[in-house]
Amino acid sequence: MSQVLTDKDGVKRYLITLNVNGDAHTILVKGNAILTNVLRDQLDLTGTKKGCELGDCGSCTVLLDGKPVDSCLVLAVEADGREITTIEGVSANGALDAIQESMINHAAVQCGYCTPGMVLSAKALLTRNPHPTEPEVREAIAGNLCRCTGYVHIVEAVLAASQGRVTPDDH
Amino acid sequence: MSANYNVIGRSVPRIDGPEKVTGAAKYTGDLKFPNMLFGKILTSPHAHARIISIDTSEAEKLPGVKAVITHKDVPTLKYGLSPARWDENIFCSDKVRFVGDKVAAVACLDEDTCYKALKLIKVEFEELPAVLDFLHAMDEGQPLVHEEYERNINTEIHQEFGDVEKALAEAHHVRSDTFVGQRTYQSPIEPHSAISMWEGEKLTIYSSTQSPHYFQHYIAREFGMPMGDVRIIKPYLGGGFGGKLEPTGLEFAGAVLAKLTGRPVRTFYDRAEMFAHNRGRHAQHMEITTGVDKDGKILAVKANFIMDGGAYTSLGIASAYYAGALLPMTYEFDNYQFDMFRVYTNLPACGAQRGHGAPQPKYAFESHLDNVAADLGIDPMDIRIINARRPDTVTPNDFKVNSCKMRECLERARVISDWDEKKKNLPHGRGIGVATGSFVTGAGYPIYRTDLPHAAAFIKVHEDGTAATLYTGSVDLGQGSDTVLCQMAAEAMGYRYEQMKIVAADTEITPLDFGAYASRQTYMSGAAVKQAGEEVRKQVLDMASSMLNLPVDDLDCEDGIVFSKSREGKSLTFQEVARKHFVLKGPLLGKGAYTPPKLGGSFKGAAVGTSPAYSFGAQVGEVSIDKETGEITVVGIWDVHDCGKVINPRLLHGQVHGALYMGMGESVWEEVLFDDKGRIKNAELANYRVLTAMDMPPIQSEVVDSYEPSGPWGVKEIGEGATNPTLGMFSNAIFDAMGVRVNSLPLTYEKVWRALKEKREREAAEKA
Ligand code: FES
Ligand code: FES
Repeated sequence: MSQVLTDKDGVKRYLITLNVNGDAHTILVKGNAILTNVLRDQLDLTGTKKGCELGDCGSCTVLLDGKPVDSCLVLAVEADGREITTIEGVSANGALDAIQESMINHAAVQCGYCTPGMVLSAKALLTRNPHPTEPEVREAIAGNLCRCTGYVHIVEAVLAASQGRVTPDDH
Repeated sequence: MSANYNVIGRSVPRIDGPEKVTGAAKYTGDLKFPNMLFGKILTSPHAHARIISIDTSEAEKLPGVKAVITHKDVPTLKYGLSPARWDENIFCSDKVRFVGDKVAAVACLDEDTCYKALKLIKVEFEELPAVLDFLHAMDEGQPLVHEEYERNINTEIHQEFGDVEKALAEAHHVRSDTFVGQRTYQSPIEPHSAISMWEGEKLTIYSSTQSPHYFQHYIAREFGMPMGDVRIIKPYLGGGFGGKLEPTGLEFAGAVLAKLTGRPVRTFYDRAEMFAHNRGRHAQHMEITTGVDKDGKILAVKANFIMDGGAYTSLGIASAYYAGALLPMTYEFDNYQFDMFRVYTNLPACGAQRGHGAPQPKYAFESHLDNVAADLGIDPMDIRIINARRPDTVTPNDFKVNSCKMRECLERARVISDWDEKKKNLPHGRGIGVATGSFVTGAGYPIYRTDLPHAAAFIKVHEDGTAATLYTGSVDLGQGSDTVLCQMAAEAMGYRYEQMKIVAADTEITPLDFGAYASRQTYMSGAAVKQAGEEVRKQVLDMASSMLNLPVDDLDCEDGIVFSKSREGKSLTFQEVARKHFVLKGPLLGKGAYTPPKLGGSFKGAAVGTSPAYSFGAQVGEVSIDKETGEITVVGIWDVHDCGKVINPRLLHGQVHGALYMGMGESVWEEVLFDDKGRIKNAELANYRVLTAMDMPPIQSEVVDSYEPSGPWGVKEIGEGATNPTLGMFSNAIFDAMGVRVNSLPLTYEKVWRALKEKREREAAEKA
């Protein structure tokens, strides 16, 4: 159980440790602070987006112990001590993940606001199921709304990444 | 036309791809400044109410509250996007006109404090009867939304071209139908935000805007400042679709809060506030009458529309004109009458959503045309081909069309969708429908009256020649204009795309451009960029001419290499020539500007819908309908477009996919719903029914070979045109599947089910 501090107005704050992209951050949060806001505002990891705060859009998707979750539906205190991967943690040492490369090459990115969440949902899919079918890809990203692409190139990019073809023929 | 291009015509990867896939791309709401405050706006809970008093004293006392403002603290000048009807105030002073109208604002140390402070502002309202049904807004005795607009009429249009009554009297067959379109909202995934800050008399606003220039113009006007003292910076933009075209309370209130506190203030909307701010598609009531000859050739069309404008004008005057102006685009006919009333209601204001005024009238007209075809026993594809517009024609409302491959689009769609085969053999419950669309390639005239060019660009080649930066005021809201314009710049310069950088858009650094609306940037911004690139190329060739001691006419430059056209082996790199230029002559710069030619007729409203070029397209869709439930499954969609020369094929098809995805949502699922108090019932993405990846059918997008003689390299629009046919295409596919016509959008499962039930009952009654 995390340590609790109470301020002069009686507001409680919890001392928690978030393991984000391999870095441990020990921070003080209010009990009602949502993980999205803590990542964005306290840790400056603004790659995690915020499109609704209702669990509808998926732009706030992060991996919590490897599973994709809407971070706007997770309290920061619930993530205490757990492993979090945000979009900033997907590319290692400047090398893009195959999904990221495939998304660029297939023009699966337009405004890009849904993209971090899409990449993470796709990443989780390919980790648990390296060779998904098209319906499986669609299902895996069904919680990530994209208003720009009609999902056509996104689905294509994820399938291509799973088959090791990150560069399309028309390139 | 030589097809030997090095950079354009290729699906190069987006210039902003790496930043966007890694989460490094910063959108306005991601930015932070030292000492920054958070601002929120208090809005009206009533659709129509008089403001009796506002007491902010409790809110001001709350620790962490730095400023509270109401109408007393802000300029009272009315603003809006359409200069003919400025009707909005930063804050309401006498009355509120919709649920969500702006009343006051706070600036606080953090977001939580903002919400607490808003609750402490006491506003006493006297509720007034509200106008919620636009079809009765003009009735005798209705309350007035704005006292100065009698019968709640915001815009009234009566246009006639040719002799409609005579043509109808002579027609072989005349038919009238009535259709209703719903309110929809753009719903970009990025919420609006703005960060305002002052340095002395200079105001800087970072904003999620589709047009930094219009923001700069309107903000300067509102605060009585010279435009040079207003700086608008557009960070990455997370979609707009027309919803981020005009300044909102966020910029106006934020600027005042920042001034009062002397600190940067970030103001923002949450999802529900975005729905309330709206500026989405108008609901519309559409009566259409058409007369045809015995072959189905259209002789005359009469359109009589009413539009629900909501509480303010926004860009709605243009929407109202567009609704009629673009109707005669895809089919040729000489006699046309258009009547329109745009009325005020106590609902959120409507504006320009992807396709602007065109998609709903297209739904009505394309559905109606299928009814006419059925009356005459003509195949829906054939009636469209018979009437398809040809190149180098003029519409009855005086729009000049240069390139036009309407017929080829239809013929190609017929082939790739297997139309003829399906038309014969699809079983009952399966259906196929076709519709056409067309859209402007940029508006012929600016939103406010000015003789400034519509687009301008600079290119700066770096001193060592290893990179070139394009400076443009155009806006990449996702469509990929930064990439396409860099391709165009590199092509014009003879340079390499991979060495291009871009700065867009910052009114203090980048030259004027009207921004992302009316599908204008590839053509108009592109024309300015091409000119700037050619200016650079000319200087490079001049310098190379003296370096190589060869006549300039003998030199060319491609892909970063300057070479002699006649002598093998005589070449220099662009890089070394550019460096030499810098050493001997100073900075290597190019500039360009674009102003459209004078376009259109001289009747009232003749300017709206004018454009230097028009896109054309045909869409076919196949649906399968569950007779028991009315559930619609989309089997496939085929889109064929005439969009001129294609600069980046993958980005182009992405625009088609996105536009028809949006149109598909509007066709069957999306609708903003209100309760009887004018409150939105579904101001959330899920309940508004934004489609997911699982809802989307296979889509095949193709282009026909096309070249627009007036455009840079022959380009035309693509971003919006593909929304225009979709609604009508669905209506026609459902009609084909079931033999019932649903006369209102969205074409929901329930409406289909009900129409089927009524049909069964009718048939049973006839038998009995
Ligand atoms: S912000 Fe979390 S799902 Fe939309
Ligand atoms: S790319 Fe814009 S929301 Fe997906």
